[in-house]
Amino acid sequence: MTPASPPAVDDAAVAVDRLLADIGRLPPPPPPEEGGEGRPWGEPERTPLVSNAVLGMLGFMGAETMLFAGLIAGFLVLRYAAVVWPPPFQPRLPIEVTGVNTVVLLLSSATMIRAVRAIRRGNQAGLVGGLGLTAVLGAAFLGVQGYEWARLVGFGLTVTSGSYGATFYTLIGAHGLHVVGALIWLGIVLVRAWRGRFSARAHTPVVVCAMYWSFVVFLWPVLYVLVYLT
Amino acid sequence: MSHPTAATATVHGAHHELGFVRTYIFSTDHKMIARQFLFLGLFMMVIGGILAMLIRWQLAWPETPVPGLGWLLTETEGIIPPETYNMLFTMHATLMIFFVIMPILAGSFGNFCIPLMIGARDMAFPRLNMISFWTGAVAGVLMLAGFFVKGGHAAAGWTSYAPLSAVPTYTGTDWGQNLWCISLIVLGASSMMGAINYITTVVNMRAPGMTLFRMPLVVWSLFITAILLLLALPVLTSAAALLLFDRTLGTHWFLPAGGGEPLLWQHLFWFFGHPEVYILILPAMGIASEILPVFARKPIFGYRAMVYSMLSICFLSWIVYGHHMFVSGMDPRVGIAFVLTTMVIAVPSAIKTFNWLGTLWGGSILFTTPMLNALAFVGMFVIGGLSGIFMASTPVDIFIQDTYFIVAHIHYVVFGGSIFGAFAAIYYWFPKMFGRMLNEPLGKLHFWTTFITYNVAFFPMHILGVGGMMRRIYNPTQYEFLQNLQWWNVLITWGAFALGLAQIFFVINFFWSLFAGRRAPMNPWNATTLEWSAPSPPPHLNWGDRIPTVYHGPYEYSVPGVPEDFSPQTRPLPAGAAAHH
Repeated sequence: MTPASPPAVDDAAVAVDRLLADIGRLPPPPPPEEGGEGRPWGEPERTPLVSNAVLGMLGFMGAETMLFAGLIAGFLVLRYAAVVWPPPFQPRLPIEVTGVNTVVLLLSSATMIRAVRAIRRGNQAGLVGGLGLTAVLGAAFLGVQGYEWARLVGFGLTVTSGSYGATFYTLIGAHGLHVVGALIWLGIVLVRAWRGRFSARAHTPVVVCAMYWSFVVFLWPVLYVLVYLT
Repeated sequence: MSHPTAATATVHGAHHELGFVRTYIFSTDHKMIARQFLFLGLFMMVIGGILAMLIRWQLAWPETPVPGLGWLLTETEGIIPPETYNMLFTMHATLMIFFVIMPILAGSFGNFCIPLMIGARDMAFPRLNMISFWTGAVAGVLMLAGFFVKGGHAAAGWTSYAPLSAVPTYTGTDWGQNLWCISLIVLGASSMMGAINYITTVVNMRAPGMTLFRMPLVVWSLFITAILLLLALPVLTSAAALLLFDRTLGTHWFLPAGGGEPLLWQHLFWFFGHPEVYILILPAMGIASEILPVFARKPIFGYRAMVYSMLSICFLSWIVYGHHMFVSGMDPRVGIAFVLTTMVIAVPSAIKTFNWLGTLWGGSILFTTPMLNALAFVGMFVIGGLSGIFMASTPVDIFIQDTYFIVAHIHYVVFGGSIFGAFAAIYYWFPKMFGRMLNEPLGKLHFWTTFITYNVAFFPMHILGVGGMMRRIYNPTQYEFLQNLQWWNVLITWGAFALGLAQIFFVINFFWSLFAGRRAPMNPWNATTLEWSAPSPPPHLNWGDRIPTVYHGPYEYSVPGVPEDFSPQTRPLPAGAAAHH
């Protein structure tokens, strides 16, 4: 008598198998009718579910997430190892101003989405307007951040002043650099949009840039809560 | 730019000649980039190997002048000083891991195999691919530059544990360690670009009929490696950046004096480090899975089990890293969790090993050079895997931690595993890569001399480790309890020298065959996968004006009802023939 595996296990195995096999599955071509290599070879005729550019961007966002996960993990270790946090005799972080700044950055995500929606309808003026507004909001965010940094340095909070300063400047600085990078990219896309390079059918660079912008924007509230509020 | 697939490239790229620079230097052709990565890796292997020889000299005949090195070490008249010794083992490991195995397995064969074996004309992002290689080359130059700066290169071990690595005066290295950090950050960017390319190519660029479960296992292994590269290297990047800040900006991430945590480095490093182990070994597993069926003339045993075991390794490799830190200070309950996960990750590896044996069972085995190297991979990986289980168990680990037992283990995995896998791949794909056959007798001579001397060099390290010889010590003869084991060190060193000399056969074979080898036919091994349906070497964009169509799985050897003993993936199986997939 052979022990039969419970049907539920079998079903689950078959389901997983099928799920994996179906990712990007292509129907096998029909067998050739007169032998040889079958139907005339050609380039793949399908349009992938997710375009190369978007898939590549998703990969990049995954890598960026892990980079910040490393930094955030480091911050949490140091923050919860400290007996008193924030340490005494060190300047406090500007919670209110930065809170307003957070709203500014979140707004830039909304304008970015409007820009993408505009070009999906072929509205080039809407695209340029949306991208321009996004860039202005992003630059405003960076400006306020820079001003607050300068003030904090003036109050005596520097990278060398213990783990409080080191973690703050490293995490917020890493995010700031990403905003700078995203802003430069956004500028390039904006110039190309200005010149009318995008249309309702061909605007992948806008989508990819918007994805990265959203990544940078939605990373910020996480850092704000962790670094400023906890 | 909406769909930068190869379709547009065919029309514009196929019919005009590119200049020398675009063909050989800043090439976007995945096969040329594969060759570039291969040469980068082999060049670095020479440097890493010389460092290993110097380490072995010191351990066999401590504090005696190295012959022929008096001109370099003028102050000591050829004797290796302790701080130089620290640099030697640090840089041997760093170069071999990051600039030999990763470029050869993931860089070179990832680039070569993925498009050719899934039926794509090139990578999804050819230009990004080119940038990836040149970024990697810059990282290599930065890493080598560290040898020439004041204070010497990084000397805190390849793991660069803080605080030793975080304060310049502790090791006496100043810009060496900084360059080490910067180089690895740059290399992280290079590997990220490569990984994004591999993943996108595998997901989007497969030829008609090439379903995921018709992909050759080496493509699966490289795909999974790419996922690990994409997600693990950024963690190293973050750790290296923090270390660099500690060293240059005066932060205190890893220094207790300013509220930092030395253990944080170990956590970040090994969170990257353990997936890294699988980044080094998974492609070699894929290569062995590719070569064994070809020369056993049998389908791979348990194709899906192979895929699922690699996927489970991919997942589990994230939750085992704590086994590197059993003696670093850890709650025993956490230790037990890591013991269990580590034991569990041995299961998929064992499944793979049994499947390899099942593939060989009853096969008509052809002992070609690639096959011999693939078989050596299986055997040596088993030894390395089993010694890993010793260390997974905390009570045993406490005894053998940081001894030569771990040195033996790592070399059985990354030399016995990855390097034999790399040699197998080079012997197997050389005809396709360069259009010429390697010399078989010379290849076999290289294999047997390497295999024997490799075991002479590394097996006794287990004995030394259990005997108590600590890892990274400068002079084993200083310890009384090691003195009657010293003859093992001398034997190992002779084995290592012979191993180094045995590679001369490979170098001769490689370069002689490159220029004067027999011209390779399209399919010299009678293999089934798609790369053998392209000319040797494949032209730019791989196939003429038509992409191959795939009708069945990759390992249809000796199919009943088919006159030949192999059925290429481009040829439909006759009705009634027993298809395996």
